[in-house]
Amino acid sequence: MSRLRRLNLSPSAWVGLVMLAVFVFAGVFGPLIAPYDVGPTSLDLPNRFRGPSAEHWFGTDSKGADTLSQLLWGARSALELSFIVVAISSSIGLFIGTLAGWFRGAVEEVIMRVVDILMAFPGILLNIAIVAIVAKPGIGVMIFALSVNGWVGYARVARGQVLALRERDYVTAAVALGASNRRVMLQHLLPNLMAPALVQMTFGFGSVILIEASLSFLGLGPQVDYTWGAMLDQARTFMWKDDWFQIYALVPGLAIMWVVLGANLLGDGLRDRLDPRQRGRA
Amino acid sequence: MGFGAPGSIGLFLLKRLGGGLLAIVGVSILVFALLHMVPGDPVDHLAGGEATPDQRAKIEKCMGLDKPKLEQFGAFLGHVVDGSLGRQCSVGAGDKRTVAARILEVFPHTIWLAICGMLVAIVLALPLGMIAAIRRGTWIDTLATTTSLSMVALPQMLFAPLLLFIFFIGLGWFPGPTETGPKAMVLPALAVGTHLMAMLARMTRSSLVEVLGEDYVRTARAKGLPEGRVLVRHALRNALLPVITIIGLQFGSLLSGAVIIENVFARPGLGTTLLDAIKERNYPVVQGTVLVVAGIYVIVNILVDIAYGLADPRIRRG
Repeated sequence: MSRLRRLNLSPSAWVGLVMLAVFVFAGVFGPLIAPYDVGPTSLDLPNRFRGPSAEHWFGTDSKGADTLSQLLWGARSALELSFIVVAISSSIGLFIGTLAGWFRGAVEEVIMRVVDILMAFPGILLNIAIVAIVAKPGIGVMIFALSVNGWVGYARVARGQVLALRERDYVTAAVALGASNRRVMLQHLLPNLMAPALVQMTFGFGSVILIEASLSFLGLGPQVDYTWGAMLDQARTFMWKDDWFQIYALVPGLAIMWVVLGANLLGDGLRDRLDPRQRGRA
Repeated sequence: MGFGAPGSIGLFLLKRLGGGLLAIVGVSILVFALLHMVPGDPVDHLAGGEATPDQRAKIEKCMGLDKPKLEQFGAFLGHVVDGSLGRQCSVGAGDKRTVAARILEVFPHTIWLAICGMLVAIVLALPLGMIAAIRRGTWIDTLATTTSLSMVALPQMLFAPLLLFIFFIGLGWFPGPTETGPKAMVLPALAVGTHLMAMLARMTRSSLVEVLGEDYVRTARAKGLPEGRVLVRHALRNALLPVITIIGLQFGSLLSGAVIIENVFARPGLGTTLLDAIKERNYPVVQGTVLVVAGIYVIVNILVDIAYGLADPRIRRG
């Protein structure tokens, strides 16, 4: 907490932090406080397409399931997925990027060519292609697909940073004292990568949620009806049918917007503090 | 990205083209490998449940699945060279067009959507970003910044159906999904454009704010130039460079198919074609589309680099 205070974040970054905290809270505790079950057990056909009421604050869906409960379970699924994807992508990316920046030469050449290949294709289409080709929808495939090109951004950040760090005196000194490559990378490079990596992770958090929702929206997500993307998909199918059903689109849609906005606000604020060279860039 | 000495532009181009080509081949291999690694028989999908062994064998032969993998990839490369991108296979009198023909048919839709969406974005974003930068710190700035921040975060999966709900179902002003034609372009272009607008407006603002703090702007003001002239001749010209880069890159990804928007409005396009082909497990079409998408993306990126080099004398003269 004291470190956080020392960062001296801007008010808008604090807003972003609070917004993300609300999302994390909903993801962790949401399913526990959700008033109803979701999934096959929640089938309640007489009560389908209900508007907001005391029992169902945001109404019910096409199968009679409670919208609020789906929203909370959706938060859990979004949190799990984005957390895992960001963790995997950033670990792989930082590792590979550090290798490229430290060893230079052939290692760097090969790594940067692979990066080029993955950047030569619009990210979301590659994710779609992988998930759809594997044809076994599920959270595991989704994590795999999002990580396949997710690490690229982190690798570029890490490589750029290491290229600058390797000229620093303390790195030269460590090498002169006979430190192994492994020791230099772990002790001297990695800790100094964390600031820009954190900025990247914050933005990554938002974009993973967005891509995940897009895939579920296109019917390529885990086959459950309570992810935010799946809710939006259901909403657009039945939006025309019922006077109250638009609220079913607004609820998950605004939830996604909430998380992405929070991540962007916090990311901007962190970048201003941690990465002064980038200050002012959009 | 610099060109170095003027004479090295050719070398720079050659290097970029080589890198791009390598990347395209890489993506093709990646997708080829994925398609063939995955269990499940594409013949089942294309032939349908009640296909006779004879028909199955025909499809298998048509797709070249009876040959070794390496040979299959070689055949694919051959189809790339002859420009057909391969044939679609089906039982009986199905779709006999080449993959290239199928892609060429939908591509104009994708191009039009990209152009219209981009126009919407530019027309909205530049004024918004400029006003925010000039009136920096006032309520106008706050309003413009908040608007664009929220629009960046607004998922298209919500925005596009809402547009349809309001302007097609509710007001009936514009035609709905599956329609094509100029009037049917309005809502998809708005959906694509609004999202881009937000990104561009943010970029314009921050870039202009940065430039307005530069020494040459101060010099221009100090020598008594009218503020409008300082803004247009000195600040804007330089501030727009990064914006143009983003416009170019985003245009490249729009040209590869705005998949969500195409899906919501049930429009033909590269995104829908790829999605359909993957669902049909139509290997030749998947591979062809991936190749075309990657090709467009790489070419547009190179063009953006060149444009940037031409527009920015600091880079041109190195």
